Amino acid sequence: MAQLIQGETGEWEMVIGMEVHAQVIAKSKLFSGASTQFGAEPNTQVSLVDAAMPGMLPVLNEYVVEQAVRTGLGLNSKINNVSVFERKNYFYPDLPQGYQISQFQHPIVGEGIIEIDLPDGTVKEIGVTRLHLEQDAGKSVHDQHPTKSFVDLNRSGCALMEIVSEPDIRGPEEAAAYLSKLRMILRYLGTCDGNMEEGSMRADVNISVRKPGGPLGTRAEIKNVNSVKAVQMAIEYEARRQIEILEDGGQIVQETRLWDPNKGVTRSMRSKEEAHDYRYFPDPDLLPLHVSNDQIESIRATLPELPDVKKHRFMQEYGLSLYDSSVLIAEQARADYFETVANDNDAKLAANWVINELLGILNKNDKALAESPVSAAQLGGLIKLIADDTISGKIAKDVFAEMYASGKDASAIVEEKGLKQVTDTGAIEAVVDEVIAENPDNVAAYRSGKDKLFGFFVGQVMKKMQGKANPAAVNELLKKKLGGR
Amino acid sequence: MSDLTHLTIAGALKGLENKDFTAKELTQAHITASEAAKDLNCYVTETYDLALAQAANSDERRAAGNAGALDGIPLAIKDLFCTKGVQTTACSHILEGFVPQYESTVTANLFADGVVMLGKANLDEFAMGSSNTTSYFGNCINPWKTSDGADRTPGGSSGGSASAVAARIAMGATGTDTGGSIRQPASFCGISGIKPTYGRCSRWGTVAFASSLDQAGCFARTVEDNALILRSMAGHDPKDSTSADRPVPDFLSALSGDVKGLKIGIPKEYRVDGMPKDIEALWEQGIEWLKDGGAEIVDVSLPHTKYALPTYYIIAPAEASSNLARYDGVRYGLRAAEHENLNEMYKKTRGEGFGDEIKRRIMIGTYVLSAGYYDAYYIKAQKVRRLISDDFTKAYEQCDVLLAPTAPSSAFVIGENEDDPVKMYLNDVFTVPASMAGLPAMSVPGGLDSQGLPLGLQIIGRAWDEETVFKVARSIERAANFTALPQTLIKKAA
Repeated sequence: MAQLIQGETGEWEMVIGMEVHAQVIAKSKLFSGASTQFGAEPNTQVSLVDAAMPGMLPVLNEYVVEQAVRTGLGLNSKINNVSVFERKNYFYPDLPQGYQISQFQHPIVGEGIIEIDLPDGTVKEIGVTRLHLEQDAGKSVHDQHPTKSFVDLNRSGCALMEIVSEPDIRGPEEAAAYLSKLRMILRYLGTCDGNMEEGSMRADVNISVRKPGGPLGTRAEIKNVNSVKAVQMAIEYEARRQIEILEDGGQIVQETRLWDPNKGVTRSMRSKEEAHDYRYFPDPDLLPLHVSNDQIESIRATLPELPDVKKHRFMQEYGLSLYDSSVLIAEQARADYFETVANDNDAKLAANWVINELLGILNKNDKALAESPVSAAQLGGLIKLIADDTISGKIAKDVFAEMYASGKDASAIVEEKGLKQVTDTGAIEAVVDEVIAENPDNVAAYRSGKDKLFGFFVGQVMKKMQGKANPAAVNELLKKKLGGR
Repeated sequence: MSDLTHLTIAGALKGLENKDFTAKELTQAHITASEAAKDLNCYVTETYDLALAQAANSDERRAAGNAGALDGIPLAIKDLFCTKGVQTTACSHILEGFVPQYESTVTANLFADGVVMLGKANLDEFAMGSSNTTSYFGNCINPWKTSDGADRTPGGSSGGSASAVAARIAMGATGTDTGGSIRQPASFCGISGIKPTYGRCSRWGTVAFASSLDQAGCFARTVEDNALILRSMAGHDPKDSTSADRPVPDFLSALSGDVKGLKIGIPKEYRVDGMPKDIEALWEQGIEWLKDGGAEIVDVSLPHTKYALPTYYIIAPAEASSNLARYDGVRYGLRAAEHENLNEMYKKTRGEGFGDEIKRRIMIGTYVLSAGYYDAYYIKAQKVRRLISDDFTKAYEQCDVLLAPTAPSSAFVIGENEDDPVKMYLNDVFTVPASMAGLPAMSVPGGLDSQGLPLGLQIIGRAWDEETVFKVARSIERAANFTALPQTLIKKAA
C-alpha cells in the first residue's frame, strides 16, 4: 500500500531506505572491557583503549560478535564467514582515536529480509542490505560552560550494529512499520533494547521522490530522527520539500540533512562536496574476523521463536484474529503472559482479557507488563472462574479490579466477598416473584407490549441479589413469570 | 669500577651471582658512564634514581634467592615504550610531558625479570627516520668517529638505544623496528640487534607508528646478550590481537654457532649498483666464514625486492596517518595555547606538535588512502607486499636463512642526506623487505670499513625461527671477532 503524494503535476512516489544504528546489548564495549551501563557519571566507564591512550590496542569482544550473528539470523540474513574491521578516519573531540573502527567492504552480515505488517493487514518484504559492527563515539556537551565544550567518553567504543535496508520503503507508514518491526525483532533476540529515547537505537533516513515507476531521483539523507513518529514526520516533510523543488523546475541536491524536531523541518547539514573522505582501510591492529558454520549453527539453535512465526502460531493454535495476534506478539513478555493465561483456558477469552482489561488498565496507569500486580497465573485463575460459571463476566470485572488493587487471587476475593454466582433456581425464583409483586404497574405495562421493560426487571433482580444471580437463570425465570399469566 | 660497563650481560649475571659486585654497583657504574657521555644525547629522560632503587631491590631479591633471569641488568628503554609514571614522548613535542599510567607489556616483562631502567632512549620522532635527527629533543650522536672527528649519526630510529649500548653506558637496550630501526642503528654502532618475527613481542603500550610492521626487539654487544633480552621481552599477550599465541623458544640453546649443514641463501637482488666496496667485501667475507663453518651457500632470488622500499613508503605512512590522529590536543600531550575554534585547535596543536618528517608522512599516508587513489596506491602496495612475502617463502624452499648486508653505508655525518627525504629512505633498502614479510632479522658487526666505521651483516630467518638466526649470527660473531671500540671510548681510556 505505497502511499502516493498528490503534487501539482500528478502523483509522486517516495523511495526510502533506512540505516539503523542499534546499540548491542553486552556488558562490555566492542574492543575494551569497560562497562556499557547507561546513565553513569561522565567519564567513569572509560578504559585506556576507549580514551585512545598511546600504544593502546583493540581486542574484539566475542560476545558482541555472537549478538551480531544472532541478529543476522533473526533478520533471515546471510552470515559472512569472514569479515574485516576497517578504520573510518575523521577528527572530532568525542572520537578519541581519530578514527572509528567499523566494517566497510566486508560486513559480518549480508543480505536478508524483514517482513513488515501494514495497517491494512497486508505484509510486505523489505530487503536488508547488510549489518555491520562498529564503535560508537563519545558525547560532546556544549551547554555546560560559556566558552568550553565537554566530552563524555562513556559511550565511546560501545558496540553498534548498523543495519542498512534496501530502498524498498514507499512512505512514512511503511517506514514506521519497518522501524517497529526491526525493533521488535531486536528485542525478541535480546540484542538491542530498542530504546530510541536513550539513543540505543537511532535511524538515518535516505529519501528521494519520483513519478511512479520512473527513474530514481536524487536522494537526501536525514539524520537525527530519534523516534518512530519523528521518522514519519521527517519523511512527510522531506518528500513534500523535494516535490515542491522538482515541480518548480529545480533539482534535488545530494546532501545530508538534519531533522529539527522543534520546528518540524529538515535542514541542510552538508553537501556531497563537503562530505568527508573517510579514507577507510583495514585496521592493522585487528585480524580478519572468522565465524565458522558450526558457530553460526550453535547460535541459531539458541534463537527464540520470532514475532512473525509466533503471530501465525497464535492464529492457528488459538484461533485468534490477526489483530489480536499482532497485539499479543508485540512484546515477547506479553506473548508469554498471554500463553500462560491461555493455558487450560478458553484462548479467545484469555486474549480478550489480556488485551482489553489488563493492557487497558496498565496503559491507564502507565505501567509496563512486568510491573503488573496481577500475574498471568492469577488472571488465568479468574478466567477459569468465569468459564465454570462460578462468577459472571460482569462480576469478574469487579474481581479483576480488586485483584489489581490488592494482588490477591480471584478465588480468594470471590470467597471473601461472597461473590459466588447463585444458580439455585429456587432462590432466584423467590426474588423474581418479589420483584413482580413490588412493581405491578411495570408488570402491566410490560404485558401490554412494552418489551423494553424486561431489562428493568433483570436489573431489579440482580440488584436484590448483589449481581450474583446467574444471568441465564434470571432471564429464563422472568420470561416465564412475566409472560405466563 | 669502570670496567663493569664493559661486561657482557651474561658476564654481569655471573658476576652478580658470584657476588663479585652488586646490582647497585653495576647500575652506578653505568650512571657514572652515562653522565660522562652526556654529549651523545642518548637519553631524553634519565631515570637514575629509579634505576638505583630498582638495583637495590634487585640485590635484595638475589640475596633472598629470588633473582629473575635478567635481575640487576641496567638497560636503556627506547622512549617509544610507555613506562608507568615515567614520561614517554616518542621524541615528539606533541607528547612532551605525557606520563603514562600504564606499563607497556614489553617493559613489564623485562621488569618482571629484574631489569633496571637507566633512562628513556632517544629516537627519531615517532620512530620515523634513519638517523635520529628527527627527534624533538635533538639528535643522538654515534660514539664512533673517523679521523675527521665529525659527529656521526647512530642511525635510526632507535639511535639512542644503539648509541648507549655501543658507548657502554647501557648493557643492552630495547628498540623497535618498523623498516630497519633496530638493524641499521646496530650496524652503524658496531653492536648486535634483532628484530624478531612480527607478533613475537606484544605491541601493547608501545606508541604505534605502522601497526602491521612495528615490532619490538633489542640491542646488545653480543648475540648471546640479545638472546637473553629477547627471551624476557617476548611472549603472547591477549591484549594485542596480532601477538602470536605460541611458546617462546629457549633462544639460548640456539647459540652453539654450529652452522654445519645449514643452507645459507644469498639474495642476488641485494647486489645493488653503487654499493660501497667495503660492504661488498664484508658480505663476501661473511659468506666465507659460514662456508668455513660447514654451511652450504645457495644463490637465491627475491625478484620483488626493488618494490619493497616504495611499497613500504605507502603502507607505513598510510597506517601512521591514522595512528597519529589521536594526537589532537583533546585528552593529553600538547594543546596549542591560542585558538579560536576547534579546527584551529587541531591545526595549531598538530602544526606545532609534529616535526616536518611526521607531517610529510601523514600527508603521504592521507594521500594514498584518499578516495580515487586508494586502489592505485594502498591496494596495489598490499598486493606487492604479498608478492614480497611469497618471494621469501619460495627462497626458504632452497635455504634456511638469508645473509645480506644490513645497510648500504656506514654511519654518515649528521646533516648528510637531510636535503632529500628519498636519500634518507634508501638507508632502509636492505632492511625493509624482511619487515614487509614480518620475518626475524638480525644485524651483527662484521668489521670496519676503510674509514674505521663498523659495518653489520644481516641474517634473515623464516617466520618464528629466531633460533636459526641466532645460530648463524653467533657463528659470524665468533668468526668476525669484532673487538674494536668506538674512538670516543678509546680517547677516554687514554
